[in-house]
Amino acid sequence: MGATPPDAEIRPPSSEVGVAGWLRHNLFDSKASGATTIVLGVIIVGVLWSLLQWAVLDARWGVITENMRLFLVGLYPQDDIWRVWLALLTLSLVTGLSAGTWRSEAVRMMATMLAAGQVALALLAIISGLGAIGAAALVGDAVLVVVATAAARRRPVPPRWLVTGWMISVVLTYLLLAGLGVASILPVVSSNVWGGLLLTMVLSVVGITLSFPLGVALAIGRRSGLPVVRILSTAFIELVRAVPLITILFMASLLFPLFLPEEVRIENVIRAIGGIVLFSAAYVAENVRGGLQAIPRGQIEAAQSIGLRSWQTNIYVVLPQALRITIPANVGLFISLLKDTTLVIIIGLLELLGIGRAVLAQPEWLGASFEVYVFVAAVFFVLCYTLSQASYRLEKELGIGER
Amino acid sequence: MSDATVGGAVAGTPVTDEADIIVCRDVHKWFGQLHVLTGIDLTVKTGEVLVIAGPSGSGKSTFIRTINRLEEHQRGDIIVDGIELTNDIRNIAAIRSEIGMVFQSFNLFPHLTVLQNVTLGPIRVRKVHRRQADEMAMDLLKRVGIPEQARKFPAQLSGGQQQRVAIARALAMQPKIMLFDEPTSALDPEMISEVLDVMRELAESGMTMLCVTHEMGFARAAADRLVFFDAGNIVEQGTPEQIFDAPQHDRTKLFLSQVLTH
Repeated sequence: MGATPPDAEIRPPSSEVGVAGWLRHNLFDSKASGATTIVLGVIIVGVLWSLLQWAVLDARWGVITENMRLFLVGLYPQDDIWRVWLALLTLSLVTGLSAGTWRSEAVRMMATMLAAGQVALALLAIISGLGAIGAAALVGDAVLVVVATAAARRRPVPPRWLVTGWMISVVLTYLLLAGLGVASILPVVSSNVWGGLLLTMVLSVVGITLSFPLGVALAIGRRSGLPVVRILSTAFIELVRAVPLITILFMASLLFPLFLPEEVRIENVIRAIGGIVLFSAAYVAENVRGGLQAIPRGQIEAAQSIGLRSWQTNIYVVLPQALRITIPANVGLFISLLKDTTLVIIIGLLELLGIGRAVLAQPEWLGASFEVYVFVAAVFFVLCYTLSQASYRLEKELGIGER
Repeated sequence: MSDATVGGAVAGTPVTDEADIIVCRDVHKWFGQLHVLTGIDLTVKTGEVLVIAGPSGSGKSTFIRTINRLEEHQRGDIIVDGIELTNDIRNIAAIRSEIGMVFQSFNLFPHLTVLQNVTLGPIRVRKVHRRQADEMAMDLLKRVGIPEQARKFPAQLSGGQQQRVAIARALAMQPKIMLFDEPTSALDPEMISEVLDVMRELAESGMTMLCVTHEMGFARAAADRLVFFDAGNIVEQGTPEQIFDAPQHDRTKLFLSQVLTH
């Protein structure tokens, strides 16, 4: 500790501060808590140690690496995988530009995770011998995210271009993944063979981005002054919330086609997305309704008194406040949506977890279920944790003007 | 006057005097069974400053809120600047953009900066270009004495400052009439005067104003007419001097003695 400082006597005693103080207060406050700490400590260390031993020595990680392509893209044809990489490239570009332009911690966090995730995937691809091209493409995407972010920070892209960029890249992604069906440039890849992480991402990203606006519209509709709109919105919300997601997926997959003429065929994935969107929109609507109710009447009166029409009042005054209040609830909902995508297994689609089960059905990997589930759980954890962290940042950023 | 048709869009509605910017004839309002406005007749001339006083629950706030249709009246006519208030949405929008309103609880938009609060109406309703709206808003913020707060959010301001922003927000629509609904009732005593100063300056500039307030000092200094409400109707009106020095009605005398004795 060296020489005693002159004001030693007015410092707090060492039992109150520093590591010793922290330990004392939090772990060894009394005899009972000390004993608990020691017992739990031994158990935790023991479990972690055996887990580590298992992971390093016993686990047959081959079940993951040898099936890596299945985990990533399902049965997407090997020769066409480049199309996935190319789609990621355009998305990386727009995400990077957005992160640089919007200067939002939340968007930047998403961009960082996209970059980091692609590097991680590239590493996995190399380990799994998936091919150097894929790995190089993924690393390139990650670099592109960073470069685009930096470039847009220096010279922000006009918001209108960004929105256009997003629209183009979404359409491009769909065309790349699904194919054109014209000549032999981009042969059609039926979405029925999309699988693994690719399918999980498609279902959840599309599910979230479509169900959110639909949910907001339903919430406003439920408070509308027009009886028809109000009754229809309420009926939809209550009906959907009364039915389990599995039922809706079943109906989308089995019943819905019966009502369509023979020649109209909608792919399973599209129907699954439809089911997920409708389901989740009803919950978004109720979350948003809660937010709308929290906005004081005076806000609406003030907006009316400066002459705003009722749709303008909603867009400029009520919704920005209501949506901010509902961020935590909605992100919670989206996290469960992400996990609920695993239910599409019952209509024959193999997303990440489904692929895991399919892999385990191979005779040579019998008994490797722990490895598979640990891997799948880890991927889901990273995705969900990213979402929840991004939402914390968003809340903080938007909290500037909190009353 | 009592034979004026309900809803009133009938030909032959008497032409009002050009200088009468607000004409109310036999205005009634019910909240369910409760008869809160019992046939109010009131005419306000352009540039006139009215202070409306009276005990709480006498319908004075409800009355000024009917003038920009925040409350709907069920019988009688309200004509603002030649436009009759009916259920026609276009009329309501037109009248609202002529009338600025300041509320007891400020009702600033908490998610927007001070400047954005002031420019929202001009940009979205009047379709003014953003840069021009910003300039006008800064002028107004200077006029109410807080240009340096333009980039802050309402929550970062004191009550008096927030109310002055609310006045600037209402003025940004370049209204012909300003309604004040107890603008100082939610303020700490030392902040009341900064708001009253702005209101007095506004009154001197020739704005037509209807102020529901208990600030009798302001009434004496700035009002052209004091209107006294009780039980949903006007019981007495006149210049502040007349009312303060020689109130006629018992209810007015009682109210004034309570307001003025301390």
